[in-house]
Amino acid sequence: MTLLQIRSLTHWFGGLRAVHDFNLDLLPGELVAIIGPNGAGKTTIFNLITGVYVPSQGEIRFEGQSLIGLQPHEIISLGIARTFQNIRLFKELSVLDNVRIAHYARTHYSIWEALLRLPRFGQEEQRVRYEALELLDIFGLADLAEVPAKSLPYGQQRRLEMARALAIAPKLLLLDEPAAGMNPAEIDQLMDTIRWIRAEFRLTILLIEHQMRVVMNIAERIKVLDFGQTIAEGTPQEVQRNPRVIEAYLGEETIL
Amino acid sequence: MMKKTFWDRWGTPLILLIGFALSMALPASGLINPYIELVLKYIGINIILTISLNLVNGYMGEFSVGHAGFMAIGAYVSSILTVWVFPAAWEGVLFPLALLAGGIAAGLAGLGIAFPSFKTRGDYLAIVTLAFNMIIKSVLENLEVLGGPRGFMGMSKLTTLWWVYLVVVLVVYLARNFVYSSFGRGVLSIREDETAASLVSVNTRQVKVLTFVFSAFLAGLAGGLFAHELQFINPRSFTILKSTDMLVMVYLGGIGSLGGSILGATVFTVVMEGLRSVLQLLNISQEWRLVVAPLMLILLMLFRPQGIMGLREFRFLIPLQERSEAIQKARETARTQRRIGEVRS
Amino acid sequence: MEFYIQQVLNALQVGSVYALIALGYTMVYGILTMINFAHGDIFMVSTYLAFFFSTFFLAVFSNASPLLVFVSTLLVAMFGTALLAVLIERVAYKPLRTAPRISAVITALGVGLFLENFMVAFKPVGPAPRFLPPLIPQINYTFGGVTVSSIQIVIIVVSALVMFLLDTIVRRTMVGMAMRAISWDKFTAPLMGIPVDRVISLTFALGASIAAVGGTLYGMAYTIDPYMGIRIGWWAFISAVVGGIGNIRGAMLGGFILGFVEIFTPVFLPSTYRDFVAFSLLLLLLIFRPTGILGRPVAQKV
Repeated sequence: MTLLQIRSLTHWFGGLRAVHDFNLDLLPGELVAIIGPNGAGKTTIFNLITGVYVPSQGEIRFEGQSLIGLQPHEIISLGIARTFQNIRLFKELSVLDNVRIAHYARTHYSIWEALLRLPRFGQEEQRVRYEALELLDIFGLADLAEVPAKSLPYGQQRRLEMARALAIAPKLLLLDEPAAGMNPAEIDQLMDTIRWIRAEFRLTILLIEHQMRVVMNIAERIKVLDFGQTIAEGTPQEVQRNPRVIEAYLGEETIL
Repeated sequence: MMKKTFWDRWGTPLILLIGFALSMALPASGLINPYIELVLKYIGINIILTISLNLVNGYMGEFSVGHAGFMAIGAYVSSILTVWVFPAAWEGVLFPLALLAGGIAAGLAGLGIAFPSFKTRGDYLAIVTLAFNMIIKSVLENLEVLGGPRGFMGMSKLTTLWWVYLVVVLVVYLARNFVYSSFGRGVLSIREDETAASLVSVNTRQVKVLTFVFSAFLAGLAGGLFAHELQFINPRSFTILKSTDMLVMVYLGGIGSLGGSILGATVFTVVMEGLRSVLQLLNISQEWRLVVAPLMLILLMLFRPQGIMGLREFRFLIPLQERSEAIQKARETARTQRRIGEVRS
Repeated sequence: MEFYIQQVLNALQVGSVYALIALGYTMVYGILTMINFAHGDIFMVSTYLAFFFSTFFLAVFSNASPLLVFVSTLLVAMFGTALLAVLIERVAYKPLRTAPRISAVITALGVGLFLENFMVAFKPVGPAPRFLPPLIPQINYTFGGVTVSSIQIVIIVVSALVMFLLDTIVRRTMVGMAMRAISWDKFTAPLMGIPVDRVISLTFALGASIAAVGGTLYGMAYTIDPYMGIRIGWWAFISAVVGGIGNIRGAMLGGFILGFVEIFTPVFLPSTYRDFVAFSLLLLLLIFRPTGILGRPVAQKV
């Protein structure tokens, strides 16, 4: 059964067609990449999946359930987590709180239990605290649990964002340009991390990326977008040979 | 070490208990004069108001300038109950019920303000709350049964110092519990980045509704205490001017801090009362007092927008499990019990 | 019938003043996306400038011609108020331009209340209502059952003139173009060689002097007191929002709508319901059409 099914997804911003007739079937455990030049509509697709925008047309189903018209937090709670192109951490809040906030939907106590500190509040808070710290430990951030997120260096902020996404306990992880602003050594490390979390957390991953090296190395399938349209798809080898892709990426041949 | 944990665990309750005893004994013994008692009561009421507004403006980063409206609702509803509904012999005992009812009524009004906040924020929400404040005042002025513009009276002086004390302690406790919970973290995440919050599963609408209702409830409580101290209320007590006082106290103490709210309310109240004596001494018109609050607001915004505390918190206001030592201990446990390996790096 | 014509005239008179003040709110919002909550009180100060100047002027030149009295009062009030507004902008708002937007709004609220309470406490002004001395002779003209006073005519005509002038300035001059450019994109505007600081100061000055025209005209017809900044200012503010804040023609339209609300509410309800009606209108509008009547998203600002 497909985990995520997108059918003829189209989105307009006023008179601009950002996404045109986008289709995707994501099988459980797959790692698929969406590539394309700036403004090709890649991030818009993520925003449509997660309910930030309501699509002009088309259908998005997750485990058979339609996502159209759901609030972002409802969609996320179904098990879809994402990171952002331009890191969006809660900057003034502690590293620990950044991760704990992502436990919101999976924290099971009522407002009364919280206000009156009833037993279930204590149990749940303890569980959330441990789970969050465990995640931070996995990403080597546990020692920084109490510092504000804004004081972390760039690389650690990226890792925190990934830890925060995993705190949702997602089945599907949407990564929006995780390699942006990284040097080659960091990119190698990132690819390891992605492979590793994918195996450990049994994730399906949909990846947007500019760095061809990342995409060609870790993606099993690639979809190429240009001006909102899918111009090619297939395995990395197939895509690399596709003349339309070469044309769209003419200036970036060297990277390919 | 042992001694430290003892004080951490029992220090605060002990001090609170002593405080309660003092709040009963001091006025009765005549050790403090009625004026000092009055100032102490005002400090208490202002602490509640400041925490109330801080939840919305400081913690959530929304912007309300209409909290005096919630206070008005609490004041009128509780007064109606004690004056018209409760039998005179029982009003002392039923007073907490009147306060609660005032708070709940205000909370319901808070629900009404929460909905526009789904779509608008910042200055547009400020206008919504402002309009709400104005409408409440205008409705009260037109309700002849409640005395219209002349106001409502007949309340007994039910607001004793120990009642104020009890309500303040309860409010601080509840607010602390709220702030240090999943809902409280949701509130903070809305302030930081609302879209990102909803994209890490925070139900932002739920959080907003809870916060506005809770905040309005607190303002309503304060209104009830205020009404039964003055024994006379009129719509002009709850104008935008009152809302501005609350803003000054919030930004003076520091946004996003309960300790800041307590400090801000205390310093503001003492300064304003001290000014009364100073002006009297210098034989200057008391009207100059009203110039000070707006001036403080301007100077604060220009020179110290983070207030006295600036997002920090007093240790005794942080729950035991959230203090640094507890987090470090939890970190060790999490490390030893970790189920999966560390990411290669 | 005469009754309604009479009321429409009254509504135009009040509406003109609201519109003039609303322009100041809307211009500043258009250019800085900031609600200048102090603007109502700046208007209030302008009426006192008019009051003190005209009283002094008439005491010195008791037989000056009405035109001279009116025009000189108007100019002095405009100039003084503009100076005050620029001073406030430089001291209280400009340092906060890079701070979170809400800081400037809170400061503006503080400035407004400061002005109001200062005027109450300031002995020469004080809380008591005052009358401006008659700037022009009041003559009543009666047509059928409808009475029009010379003051009413002056208010409506001068307001219309000022609004026309402002509309022309914003649409046709370099200054107006600079204003519109900043309201479109305040980050790119300086790159195009637009002196942003100066244009912003100018906007405050222009908005304040228009409010001073409103203040002088208002003082000719009604009593003035330090609390009118709130009473009249909020109504003008609602006008700006109703018309679509940031939109100049919207502010004019909103002003007249609020003028009609003010005059016609007492026809149907007790007059004490006026605030209730106005603020309910504001609340409904914010919920159902937050951009106001003429406000289109982003486009058509200042």
